[in-house]
Amino acid sequence: MSRIHVTTTINGDETEFLCDAEATLLDVLRDELGLTGTKEGCGTGDCGACSVTVDGRLVCSCLMLGAEAEGREIATIEGMAAGEVLHPLQQKFIEMAALQCGICTPGILVAAKSLLERNMDPSEEEVRYWLAGNLCRCTGYDKIIRAVMETAADMRRAS
Amino acid sequence: MRYEAPQDVEAAVRILAAEQGAYVLAGGTDLLVKLRSEMVEPDVIVDIKRIAGMKAVMPEAGGWRIGAAVSGAEMGEHAGLVAAWPGVVEAAGLIGSTQVQGRATLAGNLCNASPAADSVPAIVAAEAVVRVVGPKGTRDVAVIDIPKSPGKTSLGAGEFIASVFLPARGARSGDAYLRFIPRTEMDIAVVGCGISLSLDAAGKVAAARVALGAVGPKVMLVDAAAEAIVGRALDEAALADLAAVCSKAATPIDDKRGTVDFRRHVAGVLARRAAVIAEARAKGEKA
Repeated sequence: MSRIHVTTTINGDETEFLCDAEATLLDVLRDELGLTGTKEGCGTGDCGACSVTVDGRLVCSCLMLGAEAEGREIATIEGMAAGEVLHPLQQKFIEMAALQCGICTPGILVAAKSLLERNMDPSEEEVRYWLAGNLCRCTGYDKIIRAVMETAADMRRAS
Repeated sequence: MRYEAPQDVEAAVRILAAEQGAYVLAGGTDLLVKLRSEMVEPDVIVDIKRIAGMKAVMPEAGGWRIGAAVSGAEMGEHAGLVAAWPGVVEAAGLIGSTQVQGRATLAGNLCNASPAADSVPAIVAAEAVVRVVGPKGTRDVAVIDIPKSPGKTSLGAGEFIASVFLPARGARSGDAYLRFIPRTEMDIAVVGCGISLSLDAAGKVAAARVALGAVGPKVMLVDAAAEAIVGRALDEAALADLAAVCSKAATPIDDKRGTVDFRRHVAGVLARRAAVIAEARAKGEKA
């Protein structure tokens, strides 16, 4: 079976890849393109470790075929920092120790960034609901929620 | 396995009709899970998202036509749809996480044919009609007639749902959907209830549709529940009758998520609460 040729944009760069029809976007990101910041947790859309955005919309990359990426704009954790300058969420997660083992962290950062792009002033409840599909097996939720709230406050002050 | 992304309905139907092992892909939140767990082994996946209209929410005859690939998140961001059918939008919005909302669709929730599907009681209550396309042409089908039993639909070979139509409704109308889950998010309904109703000028119920989910092998339209409240103000006595009828109509099973007795009781409780919300919306109150 011939592989599918896909042209897409990943973190602002036009990218081409070949993939099998069965390959998920997550498979392609990690195994074809070497973008291993996006993690595989459950592989069934429950844990959010594989979160990316597609045309600005937060999705699980394990629940999308690589072939579906044709002509789309994908954003992954690798595109979050501007060169050496961390995104405010990344900086705050370090400052507030909002991570333990770190496997869930890329997905949570991508998801939280997507929230703050839509809502600069989310309530704690809104943050918790938005991130309900991002599971942390270390159960460090409290620091994660607080770091997102603090980042939002900083970004509001800066804007 | 092959992947096809046809540009029009005719091409999609041709592939689906020609190959037994062809599966429709819209949001993929069910199909990809089944694919990866080898519950299905497709010969070809037909991605319908490149077909014109599949991602559109369009006004039509006073109602709204929702393309088969419109996601829950897109529905929630559509002001016209939220204003017209808040119960349908909130039911769709309960499915899965933010990430799942970015992809999951009404038509997919219906075709997955889970008895516990959250959006299905809401669209049954709304008297929605789906547009089915297939090798024999196009037909419009009442939502209630699509699911047959757990995991099975009435769709024929080569057919798929192209859109879901929510009809126009008069003034003083409202709808609501509630479900019971033991946590606050990311769970499957133990019981779900969708209600759509219209009030007359005196505030009495002029028309109603009450649908229950997760209390039978498929979604259930409870005519007796509508009859219990039509012609009455939704006072305590009417709500108690509504709850009693819904509890009686429910035919649930015992499983790890709830017992028969519990589900029967909750069916009544949810119907009562959903009716109160739908009534408030019909009166133009915020609910």
